[in-house]
Amino acid sequence: MFTIADITLHSHLLMGTGKFASARQLTETVKASGTELVTLALKRLNLQQKNDDILAPLQQLGVRLLPNTSGAKTAAEAIFAAELAREALDTHWLKLEIHPDPRYLMPDPIETLTAATELVKRGFVVLPYCSADPVLCKRLEDVGCAAVMPLGAPIGSNQGLQTLAMLELIIEQANVPVIVDAGLGAPSHACQALEMGASAVLVNTAIASADDPVQMAQAFRLACQAGALARQHGLANKGGSEGSSAVASSPMTEFLEAL
Amino acid sequence: MTPDFYALWQQQDWHDVQMHSMAFKREDVEVALHKAQRSISHNSQLKLTDFQALLSPAAEPLLVELATTAQQLTRQRFGHTQQLFAPLYLSNLCANECSYCGFSMSQKVKRRVLTAAETEQECQALKNMGIDQVLVVTGEHERKVGMPYFRQMLPLIRRYFSSVMLEVQPLHQADYVELRQLGVDAVMVYQESYHQPSYQHYHLKGQKADIRWRLECPDRLGQAGVDKIGLGVLFGLANWRTDATFLAMHLLYMQQRYWRSRYSLSVPRIRPCSGGIEVQHPLQDKHFVQLICAFRLLSPSLEISLSTRERAGLRDQLVPIAITSSSAGSSTRPGGYAVDPEALEQFSIDDNRSPVQYQQRLQQLGLAPVLKDWDLYLGRET
Repeated sequence: MFTIADITLHSHLLMGTGKFASARQLTETVKASGTELVTLALKRLNLQQKNDDILAPLQQLGVRLLPNTSGAKTAAEAIFAAELAREALDTHWLKLEIHPDPRYLMPDPIETLTAATELVKRGFVVLPYCSADPVLCKRLEDVGCAAVMPLGAPIGSNQGLQTLAMLELIIEQANVPVIVDAGLGAPSHACQALEMGASAVLVNTAIASADDPVQMAQAFRLACQAGALARQHGLANKGGSEGSSAVASSPMTEFLEAL
Repeated sequence: MTPDFYALWQQQDWHDVQMHSMAFKREDVEVALHKAQRSISHNSQLKLTDFQALLSPAAEPLLVELATTAQQLTRQRFGHTQQLFAPLYLSNLCANECSYCGFSMSQKVKRRVLTAAETEQECQALKNMGIDQVLVVTGEHERKVGMPYFRQMLPLIRRYFSSVMLEVQPLHQADYVELRQLGVDAVMVYQESYHQPSYQHYHLKGQKADIRWRLECPDRLGQAGVDKIGLGVLFGLANWRTDATFLAMHLLYMQQRYWRSRYSLSVPRIRPCSGGIEVQHPLQDKHFVQLICAFRLLSPSLEISLSTRERAGLRDQLVPIAITSSSAGSSTRPGGYAVDPEALEQFSIDDNRSPVQYQQRLQQLGLAPVLKDWDLYLGRET
């Protein structure tokens, strides 16, 4: 369980909605994942059409929608998309994505910080996709972002937690939820992120590109549950969970105590 | 800064590249394939020489492995989706003489330039077919179908579609900056051939005979910040392996230098046209598949489009492997959708399925048709 803005979420898995073979497959997969928050690209939606092939099934499922600004290369474009999304989807939650590099879809830290600053002022709950840069994450938190979403590896790359050392610093320093977004290729990657103390992970390609997306969504759901449970109850090899400083006794500590 | 592409092209010797592309061994192909497979979960970028190995005769026995890897990379990057578009021909006026093209100025065909009202009629007809992404095409006639005409037509067209691509004569950098503001999201300028003697042999008169003006065009597009840049060769004019190698060089050069743009590849093969020529270097189906797979392995993020020049049976096989964008229900004549369905085609098409029929087929193939994936507010800042 964790909280973004004033909303409590029970699932630690967020899902992306691109890359699925059909609306039906998307629906079944979202259900199997247990997710309560799904992101969708505003540019993909046909807002003039009543039964959009992505939007309509998600609205029926009743999951919370997190529109994203993918396609935007600048802060101005992202802000424009955000306003459109707020009006069309009746939500002030926003996943801010600005990637000017279409090859690896790397987020632009400068434009992202600029847009986040403005969007928070305009009343949005901003969840920015960003590089795994501890200072940038603090800066995003400082301007009022409701969470930070650093990348584990390039989007869609399945490489897992390549930015591990930086993610550890980000999690250690954060006062808002840290959601590891992008690059996770296997349930074990998601589990590891949660064991480390991430509040959640966001997955799309690893589920949508699996041979059986529905079963893979279930696997990610279980992995996230396992990771969160492990984190909560004190991992033996990680020095205990947050707030717990119990250290096992040993002959050396007995010697020190006797001094 | 490295020299621009024209200078790089001048430094190459076509004959050497052609000889080199024949000299690869099976081991070279296996190394390239291994790198490509590794790129599914690691940073593992192929080099030009890997691409040449994949194009070489030594790769022919490994075509199944190439196609399997290509399919995995395509699905990983683009998901189980296929973008749909349709061409919108505005004019068949042309000031060039190209011996393979039905629009060439010496061809005795009825010429037509759509008026604003006719253009809107065509847009509405496409919209009624469910099309939301168009490729605006004209013959190359700078004087009568140049910037003043585009300034008039593009804002009209833009109102109907979420994405507008353009395939017209090469223009100046400042024109491309203006076109972006008028609503153009992508510009396709196909080189046709990188082999100068063949290029000059087929392009006899008009501005198109100036190979340099065309070769430098992608640089102008990159400098103008055009969001999507389309490169391509017309296969059949010169040796396919060598032309494809030059095309790959051009792509790698562009990706490195203009890193904010997306790239799209078009791989047309010469089709019969009215008054046309005999194809000197035919590209067989087997090699066509090899070529497309090699490009996918070289660049997983590359968009590859396939037109209705190709027959339905082959398209249905190729699309799931490596194609990201395809047209359906196409007419290759100005006014062909609504104004004058009897007019002359630029080239004959070989897949006559309607957009609805084609979408149904895609769904059977496990691919979700994507009609809209862009919007007017993206890419306008200059």
